[in-house]
Amino acid sequence: MIKKWLLALWLGLVVSGAFAQDDSPDALIRQVTEEVLSIVRQDKDIQNGNTRKAIELVEAKVLPHFNFQRMTALAMGRDWNKANPEQKTRLSEEFKTLLVRTYSNALTGYRDQKIRYKPTRMQGDTTDVVVKTEIHQSGGKPIQLDYSLEKQAEGWKVYDVIVAGVSLVTNYRDTFNQEVRANGVDGLIQMLVDKNRRLEAGKK
Amino acid sequence: MTSQSLKRVVFAFAVAVVLPGCATNASHPKDPFEGFNRAMFAVHEGVDTVLKPVAEGYDKVTPDPVKTGIGNFFGNLADVWIAVNNLLQGKLTDGVSDVGRFLVNSTVGILGLVDVASEIGLDKHDEDFGQTLGYWGVGDGPYLFWPVIGPRNVRDTVGFVVDASADPVGHLEDVSARNTLIGVRLIDFRASLLPADKVVEEAAFDKYNYLRNAYFQNRRSVIHDGNPPPLED
Repeated sequence: MIKKWLLALWLGLVVSGAFAQDDSPDALIRQVTEEVLSIVRQDKDIQNGNTRKAIELVEAKVLPHFNFQRMTALAMGRDWNKANPEQKTRLSEEFKTLLVRTYSNALTGYRDQKIRYKPTRMQGDTTDVVVKTEIHQSGGKPIQLDYSLEKQAEGWKVYDVIVAGVSLVTNYRDTFNQEVRANGVDGLIQMLVDKNRRLEAGKK
Repeated sequence: MTSQSLKRVVFAFAVAVVLPGCATNASHPKDPFEGFNRAMFAVHEGVDTVLKPVAEGYDKVTPDPVKTGIGNFFGNLADVWIAVNNLLQGKLTDGVSDVGRFLVNSTVGILGLVDVASEIGLDKHDEDFGQTLGYWGVGDGPYLFWPVIGPRNVRDTVGFVVDASADPVGHLEDVSARNTLIGVRLIDFRASLLPADKVVEEAAFDKYNYLRNAYFQNRRSVIHDGNPPPLED
């Protein structure tokens, strides 16, 4: 009797799980956030600032939902069109490495803050949306963490992360523009390569 | 202060005096005094070589509940001025909520040590006099970097002076109590920024430039309460 009941319960969970599959952008952000944070909560190494482990986690769970080509284009503004396809690929690769590290470092600062997901306004069949979340920590004011997403053939992809109103992407705009003006697109690629190499070398 | 850290501060001042001469010309239209600002930034970083280790020590030895209590205590005092600024901006609901926060936390929350108000849904707000000026359309003016205080445009510098004059801690009669509270608050504030240090250090190509852009974006966002009008491009 109990076995049957348990089986029914298990089936119910599996089935409802399958139907709960929601491909809206806010559901995606919630699912990825909860999954990543539940891992961080149990990982003392990441909490103690192990960047390597945090990067591995971000690469496995977060990367697939980001569109780094679009991010790089956004960071460069008009200069993006000065790059040829090969340069675009290299720029995106290097910028990805840098952003993943930044994002991973931010994760190591996570303790017991609660995330609140704000309702997302979707107008009709829009393909561009901002999902807003808030990080609540006791005593402090809530920190806004917003994600800009774009709908693509393979689903929703994040192309900007905005912390307390500061875009981790466009914050680079004038540095990148300056470098392209001074040393061209190849100069910017080299600047990113050097930066990533320095950061890699500085790590245990 | 150890002689080692004193030397660092002296070095930072020396750099600050030499730097303006060789600093590059302004690269951002909002930052016409970049040479001077970079010098002040160097002083700021010099002071931080002393302040940061103190904040790290405080962060390490202070148990989490105590740290939270200290942060809550100062946050509660600040809520009064936040309420005033919300009311000055005509945000009645937020202002009343801030007054409610102060009343609840000062009593049920034991002199502000426990943030009961957040638990019952009265969220903390981020307001200051610079935002109030911005809300009413006062222009922002050139960008300035102040040692210890950090980045402020002219509008926010005026705002900071008004904020400071309204600070209840600054009005304490007892000088030693006042100085202790100001010191603890500064260390607590610096400690709260520790997690962001590594992110900025690693993300930035030029820390001065990175912080300047972050300041512009952040202020634009808070003046519009998190919903700034979209930029082109």
